[in-house]
Amino acid sequence: MGPRVRGDDSVTTWPMLELATVSLLNGVVYGLLLFMLTSGLTLIFSMMGVLNFAHASLFMLGAYLSYQFGRWVGFWPALVIAPLACSLIGAAIERYGLRHVHRSGHVAEILFTFGLAYVIEELVTMIWGRNAVANSVPAVIDFPLFSVFGSSFPAYKGLMMAISVAMFVFLYLALKRTRIGLIIQAALTHPQMVSALGHDVPGVFVLVFAIGSALAGLAGVIGGFMLLTQPTLAHAVGPIVFVIVVVGGLGSLAGALFASLLIGIMQTFAVAVDYSLLDLFRALGIGVTRTSPMYEFYSIKLATAAPIVPYLLLVLMLIVRPRGLLGTRDV
Amino acid sequence: MRSRHRSAVGLAVAWVFCAGSSAADVKIAFIDPLSGGAASTGILAQKTHQFYIDAINAAGGLNGEKIELLSFDNKVNPQESLIQLKKALDEGARYVVQGNGSSIAHAITEAVLKHNERNPGKEVVFLNYAAVDPALTNEKCNFWHFRFDADADMKMAAMTDVIAKDKRIQKVYLINQDYSFGKAVAAAAGKMLAEKRPDIKIVGDELHPLQKVQDFSPYVAKIKASGADTVITGNWSNDMVLLIKAGKDAGLKVKWETFYGGSPGTVTAVGEAGVDTLKQISEWHKNAAPELDSTVAAFGKRFPGKENEYTYWRAKTMWEMFAAAAKKAQSNDPVKVAKALEGMKMQTSLGEVEMRADNHQMLQPLYVSTLAKSPKYDVEATGLGWKSDAKVEGKMTALPTTCKMERPR
Repeated sequence: MGPRVRGDDSVTTWPMLELATVSLLNGVVYGLLLFMLTSGLTLIFSMMGVLNFAHASLFMLGAYLSYQFGRWVGFWPALVIAPLACSLIGAAIERYGLRHVHRSGHVAEILFTFGLAYVIEELVTMIWGRNAVANSVPAVIDFPLFSVFGSSFPAYKGLMMAISVAMFVFLYLALKRTRIGLIIQAALTHPQMVSALGHDVPGVFVLVFAIGSALAGLAGVIGGFMLLTQPTLAHAVGPIVFVIVVVGGLGSLAGALFASLLIGIMQTFAVAVDYSLLDLFRALGIGVTRTSPMYEFYSIKLATAAPIVPYLLLVLMLIVRPRGLLGTRDV
Repeated sequence: MRSRHRSAVGLAVAWVFCAGSSAADVKIAFIDPLSGGAASTGILAQKTHQFYIDAINAAGGLNGEKIELLSFDNKVNPQESLIQLKKALDEGARYVVQGNGSSIAHAITEAVLKHNERNPGKEVVFLNYAAVDPALTNEKCNFWHFRFDADADMKMAAMTDVIAKDKRIQKVYLINQDYSFGKAVAAAAGKMLAEKRPDIKIVGDELHPLQKVQDFSPYVAKIKASGADTVITGNWSNDMVLLIKAGKDAGLKVKWETFYGGSPGTVTAVGEAGVDTLKQISEWHKNAAPELDSTVAAFGKRFPGKENEYTYWRAKTMWEMFAAAAKKAQSNDPVKVAKALEGMKMQTSLGEVEMRADNHQMLQPLYVSTLAKSPKYDVEATGLGWKSDAKVEGKMTALPTTCKMERPR
């Protein structure tokens, strides 16, 4: 028997408190990761009205580029270069692709970004292969930041939280408090007028798309450490991103933050709950036996069903409040 | 213009048919994921099968006939697999090879059984190299299915034998994927630990969705809170890598008893944190024998790079036994080859292997190994590699079977 770690004692003393605290922390971390993922998408959607299906692909591209640049020039430069590269790619997508498709309406835009997602996935596979690349956490941020009840909290997750919060503050201030934010918002609703006032509206759109793509890239740099950097990454995180945008309210930044945290925490806590409908029925005194209809369904533990929680929320939200929690217009 | 187009299509169709009928090759259909999330495993297996088939062809073929491997992408979906199986049969395949996913193996073995009942004289044999749900060689067994990987119960028996001897293990947490195979692993672990070490407490029995979880931190928090000292898991691919990565991030101090700790990317993900704590049960690892097998080295030369890390030793055994069975039968007819395979014994560089006649389960030596620093042969260029803790001879891995199969006359 090895030396007992001090944190070990708490395991037996306060198991529930420990699980609750660690789960809350994990939930907030996951929520902020989800916000990083969605912030760029929300920006692009609220400013340009484009539902960008290739957003998760740009996130994936960010992870791959940071892995590649990280090997060449180190982690800190890569943290800047990868998002910049993504913003350039984003700008090119807007300038040479989306702008032309835009004239044909929203359906064409969605189809364009949908196709783009496949193109990016294939390109990534061609360059880096089908298997996950060894995108390990760089040594400078690979240490336990602090520990709660004997579980350590890695520093890179701390960095991720800080970047996520910084993204929110930056976007919020840029849109609400700066002149360029004013022009961007005006360009969405009154493009002709803004153009007539001498502003370069197409240029503004390129800028917005570039910033949105850079945010996706930045999220990818950090997210790549937490998830697996492989060609299916975009596919794995794609659906949840749209759940957050819809639940939070299309185009609402604060809504996206709120929905991210809500879903992150809900999903994390759901995993920790080992109760099923069966337990609920028994507690209420309703007799359910093995021969009862749907017994199999009742006996599914909430923990097992945890990953469907966000999608359940999506469906409920679309029925009850289609504009989302903090949205201003319906889906 | 239009008619010219049509005649060109007609010509192409005719050409395809000619190509189909002129060859007298033995056609073998490989049905596994070649796109999507599980593609990396499927493609690696495809390369391995091709590699050993090429060796048979180079040595004169199967009774003088060349083997042709036809590949079909099933996207790890049972329905899609049946469509691909139909296609394979239409193209003249008489042998089917599949491995990724027990749910798919169930679909294929049933379809093959039905096909063979309805089409006497055109029987198909199913060579299963990786789907390890015990049911396939027990209550769901049939004459046409042969399994070349040890089933989940056999692996669990070897694993629990080693666990039983380690008195430090007191609390075990089971975490598995929510489908037939994961449930089989959990059930076997619970049953065997209760028999061999009744003092061990099972402090958690978790099932999570298959290849859907992105962040395993909540599960790791639960494992930590349970006070477990050992985790048993049958997780594979992303579910294995992400689980152990989350454990490493949270500084979880447990022993990992795994089926697929050797699956691509796992050792890279866990790194030095896995030394002495990550264990796997497998029919082979690079340091199982003192020297690397010559075919393994040749495979590495032909398919260099990390994503081609040699994994499927059982494929070598499978193809060698298959070629030997065809030779013994003096025919490439599936019924005759299947009859020759029954009860066939062979000597490999790791020990004796045998295809059980009663349930068509291969018996082969199994190794319990632990990740160690600077071994003779490392994996994924990490400087880390597997070191054997225990070897179980093929004969010793045999378990009772409930299989009752009908044999063709």
